Amino acid sequence: MSTHFLTVESLKKVFPPTNGIANEPVFEDINFYIDKGEFVCIVGHSGCGKTTILNVLAGLDEASAGEAFMDGREVRGPSLDRGVVFQSHALMPWMSVLGNVAFAVKSKWPDWSKDKIKEHCIGYLEMVGLGHAIHKKPAELSGGMKQRVGIARAFAIQPKMLLLDEPFGALDALTRGTIQDELLKIVQATHQTVFMITHDVDEAILLADKILLMSNGPHAKIAEIVEITMPRSRTRSEIHHDPQYYKIRNHLVDFLVNRSKTYAGAEAEMFHDAKNPPVVRPGLEVERAPVIALATEKVVSQLQQVKHAVNQ
Amino acid sequence: MSAKLKLKAAFISLLMLAVFLGAWQLATQPKESAVQALADSEYAALMGKGQEKSGFPTPGMVGKSFVQYLSDPFYDKGPNDKGIGIQLAHSLGRVAVGFLLAVAIALPVGFMIGMSPLLFKAFDPFIQVLKPISPLAWMPLALYSLKDSDISGIFVIFICSIWPMLINTAFGVSSVRRDWINVARTLEVNPLRKAFLVILPAAAPTILTGMRISMGIAWLVIVAAEMLVGGTGIGYFVWNEWNNLALPNVIFAVVMIGIVGMFLDLFFGWLQKLVTYRE
Repeated sequence: MSTHFLTVESLKKVFPPTNGIANEPVFEDINFYIDKGEFVCIVGHSGCGKTTILNVLAGLDEASAGEAFMDGREVRGPSLDRGVVFQSHALMPWMSVLGNVAFAVKSKWPDWSKDKIKEHCIGYLEMVGLGHAIHKKPAELSGGMKQRVGIARAFAIQPKMLLLDEPFGALDALTRGTIQDELLKIVQATHQTVFMITHDVDEAILLADKILLMSNGPHAKIAEIVEITMPRSRTRSEIHHDPQYYKIRNHLVDFLVNRSKTYAGAEAEMFHDAKNPPVVRPGLEVERAPVIALATEKVVSQLQQVKHAVNQ
Repeated sequence: MSAKLKLKAAFISLLMLAVFLGAWQLATQPKESAVQALADSEYAALMGKGQEKSGFPTPGMVGKSFVQYLSDPFYDKGPNDKGIGIQLAHSLGRVAVGFLLAVAIALPVGFMIGMSPLLFKAFDPFIQVLKPISPLAWMPLALYSLKDSDISGIFVIFICSIWPMLINTAFGVSSVRRDWINVARTLEVNPLRKAFLVILPAAAPTILTGMRISMGIAWLVIVAAEMLVGGTGIGYFVWNEWNNLALPNVIFAVVMIGIVGMFLDLFFGWLQKLVTYRE
């Protein structure tokens, strides 16, 4: 057994045959681990099975092969140890905001008194900036506020691990930004272990300690693990001034645009070990300047020398 | 603005009522015939001539029976002469008992079927065959096996109200949003709490729609059932007055059936609104 908080070993998912024709596995040989307090994002194109991996970790779905262990125990079925924030917020529309969070809290601590539950819930709702809206129905809230309630509900049960399935996917850019900031603050304060799916490269860089890059499905694998080497105290307004930022961003975009499709097939397997996907730190790499750029630089320096000479 | 609209609509409604009553009056007005002037009017009456009546009561005659029955709705002068209030109470009582029995069966069974795709499929052929049977077709079997006309009436109400509720409950329960179920699963909510706090409220609008349809059908069927079964109730009242050839009373009863039906529907509409949620 490994010593990591969460370990995923040789996970594979094949959907049942459609019309008698066997399906190819969506993903296979998925191996990764998450340590306590780590924030891990998983990035990949649609159809590579990100959501299925998250659902397996949540216990809502079953893998066709492979195991996941959390805290030394096999993940089997849903558990209060893992809080989930759903993409579509999944609030119960007939309950108030407070009711939704209280439903979760009461599930975790059934013998708490009403007052204690309420107090606990309000604390978490205030944390996401919704202290004023606790008696509203979800239908009266904006998309961003609903998602905040979803986040408060997940945090309120104080899970050992938080699973976020593209929580900001349906939000507009402005709202998304502010909620990202809030999530960042909360996670930094609570040292929550988080596994999050996202399509947004910038979001991943801002929030994550490491990013799992998935190749395209079927036969999707974890192609690389990108470590975000920038200091943890990041803010959305300043992160892009960090010299590492664009190196990391370019690396990720380059992967998604060019390299994500080249990991299937025997050829790729020759130089890619899915059991131990390579860990890269693009932020710390010395700029690999393209050849053409080098050439121009030379020309420029030569020109300058010429200029210098002429001036003299 | 909407108040103004309501006022206008009310005005037009009243206008339509007035036009209808006027036309009715004109169509049923007794016409003076030439015979009356010539001969002995008593003789003419004896010969079935004289005043040429259409035979259909005028609005005034119907109005009179409205006043007569509504002024004393709860009198009881023997088995064939009871106030309209008592008759309606008997009908409503039968509907209530039959309907509540149907609720008691349809909700749990519908819940079960809705939760399990297997049972849904297994029950489906029976539901599909039993649903389109006219409830009155059960009457002979009910009378034979239950040996009691009153209970048979209740049985007919029960059998006609069960299907819409059963189908709607099963459908409502089976189509609860996957996300809500998943939330309950990740929170390790126990089955009973999940059923009452997640599935029931989620399916409640659909279930109430089924109940509303059931109640509508039950109120339609009770009239026919009581005509067959006899004894008491608004249906029996209609049949009795028809046998007395008291058409004004029949018309009065018809209007009462409509009004009570409307209030029943309004009540279920109100319940429906109570459990409906906005997403």
